[in-house]
Amino acid sequence: MTVQTGNAKLLKGATGDWETVIGLEVHAQVTSRAKLFSGASTEFGGEPNTHVSLVDAAMPGMLPVINRECVAQAVRTGLALKAQINKRSTFDRKNYFYPDLPQGYQISQYKSPIVGEGEIQVDLTPDYAIRVGIERLHLEQDAGKSLHDQSPTMSFVDLNRSGVALMEIVSKPDLRSADEAKAYVGKLRTILRYIGSCDGDMEKGSLRADVNVSVRRPGEPLGTRCEIKNVNSIRFIGQAIDTEARRQIEIIEDGGTIQQETRLFDPARGETRSMRSKEEAHDYRYFPDPDLLPLELDGEWIDALAAFLPELPDAKKARLIADYGLSAYDAAVIVAERETADFFESAVNHGGAQRDAKAVANWLMGDLSAQANAQGVGVADAGLSAASLATLVDLICEGVISGKIAKDLLVMLLGPDRGADPRALVEARGLRQVTDTGAIDAAVGAVIAANPDKAEQARAKPGMLGWFVGQVMKATGGKANPQAVSDALKTRLGL
Amino acid sequence: MTDLTSLTLAEARDRLASRAISSRDLTAAHLAAIDRAKGLNAFVAVTAEKALAMADASDARLARGEGGPLEGLPIGVKDLYATEGVHTQACSHILDGFKPAYESTVTANLWRDGAVMLGKLNMDEFAMGSSNETSYYGPVASPWLPPNFSPTQARAALADKGKRGLMAPGGSSGGSSSAVAAHLCLAATASDTGGSIRQPAALTGIVGIKPTYGRCSRWGMVAFASSLDQAGPLARTVRDAAIMLRSMAGPDPKDSTCSPSPVPDYEASVGRSVKGLTIGVPKEYRLEGMNPEIEALWAKGAEWLRAAGATIVDVSLPNTRHALPAYYIVAPAEASSNLARYDGVRYGLREPASEIVDLYQKTRASGFGPEVRRRLMIGTYVLSAGYYDAYYLRAQKIRTLIKRDFEIAFGNGVDAILTPATPSPAFAIGAMASADPVEMYLNDVFTVTVNMAGLPGLVTPAGLSADGLPLGLQLIGRPFDEETLFALGEAIEQAAGRFSPPEAWWA
Repeated sequence: MTVQTGNAKLLKGATGDWETVIGLEVHAQVTSRAKLFSGASTEFGGEPNTHVSLVDAAMPGMLPVINRECVAQAVRTGLALKAQINKRSTFDRKNYFYPDLPQGYQISQYKSPIVGEGEIQVDLTPDYAIRVGIERLHLEQDAGKSLHDQSPTMSFVDLNRSGVALMEIVSKPDLRSADEAKAYVGKLRTILRYIGSCDGDMEKGSLRADVNVSVRRPGEPLGTRCEIKNVNSIRFIGQAIDTEARRQIEIIEDGGTIQQETRLFDPARGETRSMRSKEEAHDYRYFPDPDLLPLELDGEWIDALAAFLPELPDAKKARLIADYGLSAYDAAVIVAERETADFFESAVNHGGAQRDAKAVANWLMGDLSAQANAQGVGVADAGLSAASLATLVDLICEGVISGKIAKDLLVMLLGPDRGADPRALVEARGLRQVTDTGAIDAAVGAVIAANPDKAEQARAKPGMLGWFVGQVMKATGGKANPQAVSDALKTRLGL
Repeated sequence: MTDLTSLTLAEARDRLASRAISSRDLTAAHLAAIDRAKGLNAFVAVTAEKALAMADASDARLARGEGGPLEGLPIGVKDLYATEGVHTQACSHILDGFKPAYESTVTANLWRDGAVMLGKLNMDEFAMGSSNETSYYGPVASPWLPPNFSPTQARAALADKGKRGLMAPGGSSGGSSSAVAAHLCLAATASDTGGSIRQPAALTGIVGIKPTYGRCSRWGMVAFASSLDQAGPLARTVRDAAIMLRSMAGPDPKDSTCSPSPVPDYEASVGRSVKGLTIGVPKEYRLEGMNPEIEALWAKGAEWLRAAGATIVDVSLPNTRHALPAYYIVAPAEASSNLARYDGVRYGLREPASEIVDLYQKTRASGFGPEVRRRLMIGTYVLSAGYYDAYYLRAQKIRTLIKRDFEIAFGNGVDAILTPATPSPAFAIGAMASADPVEMYLNDVFTVTVNMAGLPGLVTPAGLSADGLPLGLQLIGRPFDEETLFALGEAIEQAAGRFSPPEAWWA
């Protein structure tokens, strides 16, 4: 890791450079079968109001009971963020009226969160990382959803999400650009997915962020911040930050001041809009929820959760570099998804023998990744097993097929010949590359004979050799070993 | 009162067990008494059909030699408890038409043990009140005659919806106290946040116990102030209260604040000797300008316990005077949040409106009565930014000090504490109408400390005022030591005798 020099992340204003200061509150939906305080299902996409318990609907006399599974997920997340785990935390009520909030309050952790300060290392380039402080992580209930498009005169409410457990993960204001913020959320998402405490599915709303943005002249004290609520994709987080920072710079450069307020990002119009000012801010009247006892955690239980945490992305990256000689860049790409890293390692180690890790990485990050992207899935789910990728790489190394043929073979294995054994497929389709010098020699002779002028030119300009190789490959249906073709051509042309 | 409605719960239980009477007859007799006592306005819903069906089922079980501890015994249920498919509104307009699809844990425990439900009992709206006058269903009359009223005058007053001039049965469990005192049911469920079981018991001459916080599940009880609310019974004898509480109490995984400890057989402690027990008499309960009748009764109570073999000692609970103001911060604060769910969106009353804020405002303005609105505003105020530390936080600190006062007294070897139950005998309905609300709040002065400390408190009748109205004494015990209170309560009951209102003038 090196310290970044220069001021690449500063924004240019009319009157000079500006620094953007960003802090994020990420709301991550806890992966659990049941809600935070009720037994109702957390399944996504049910018919409206089908996953609602009496507690979620705030019927009279109903009481919350903490779901230990959600508590365990929060603790595991805290451990993965190298954060302080608070053995005693409490739940508070955040009071406000809204139709999708049946109780009239959200149960959250205001005063004493379950997780305290931690840290995430965020890689910005292969050799440049920043450390972003975590202020706290707390558990809270999600709200339901108001539906305004079902009737011309009425609004409906769907309480399926009401009471689903969220982890609010609050960063320190350590981020200085949209790119840093995007990389931070990406890394956080990777960590959550590694340990399985949140699926990170932003399209389903499993991960959302409130973005706090302020600007200042480099070296000056913090400026007044605005909070952009509920941004639901990493791309939008970046856009919202840039848009908001530009807006604030413009106001200050025009002699104005920033009003502390809550804003909304409108991706369609590329602007942030005021939602409510500080004066209009809700008074949430937080107080300890008398229906819940303080949450007391046992040290041994925390230790057991720590012992069963999977290998985390940073450790995995370091290990891939050390054990397989991968570059920092390749290792970073491969560990971004745990499934990809697992796929990589099983392909490299398939059959007990370690094969060329760099070759496996190249295939995985190149053609296979492109094919997977086209399908809209992760590399591990594209349809090629790790064993097949291993065989594919073996076939190239053994000289059985050329790299060119291997690309075609991959397309077959992901398409019409899905699930086939690559080695058998090579034989069945006659894809084995021609290494028989006699056959190659004949093909080379034929091409030279058909192009006497070019042969003459090539003798004077050896750079022409590539053209001849291409012609011979074409003539042999791509099956000739390119090295053998090149050697034969050199001999024939006297190079 | 017929022969069947004159029985205590324990007597009725024993006769049912010996098959001397049937639950159907016992239940029918109580339904008939309820019907004749409509003027008292104690019941807001009578579930006669359900009661008779439950009674028949009990008779069948009894005939097979089966049945639980309360088999076939008809009781009333405060409207605060969710009862499946039956009127459950905490006597508020805002819960109009609400019939829950679920049964509260406490009532489910009672039905599990064989009790028969007669109906739902009137109460102060959301249990906020000390006279049952804040009920949307109108005030409840006590079966005790006003000192200056003849039965004829009283009957005339009953016909008036306002029941002006008749005695208030206390509150908030005024329907429960009136019904039990008037022999309309063998016992009733009640609830106590600041004295709502004990004050009505004292004012109607019956027994009530607020058990230790966490002894009964709050699941399915309409919440007023979660950290103070506790279920408990009202009954005509200490033994009956013990029998009722044993069935109502118990662990409940659905209430995180409910104790997992098993429930003892409380009835076994009724009649247990009190010899050797140390009873504290707190000097701070001796208020300036105290009603001399109450003071004399208190001294008499101490004397009875001394005569029964207990040792009486002076104790000090120095933070007592802070309890009432602190209570009137904590309870409204919690209520302001607990009652936010009554918003007209999902159930109960909804006033028509074209947009959501308007709907909230109209529904809540018309759905809540003035006393509830007052407490919601106080509660909202004390939790507001800038006021929280000065009010709510300070009140919580006082609460800790009050708890410590009791811990010190109990730590010094005191087994229970004896105090008056109320500062005065019952007052007439309407008497406080023009008074400062604080006058009404002062009714709770001896009882709120017990809720603030989470302790058990039992009130038992101990005498009559010069005007012939009942007066009660309160016994405060160690956490989860209800048994000592039952033993001591019975000792007072033995010495003082039982007190019944005049013949059924209301029928």
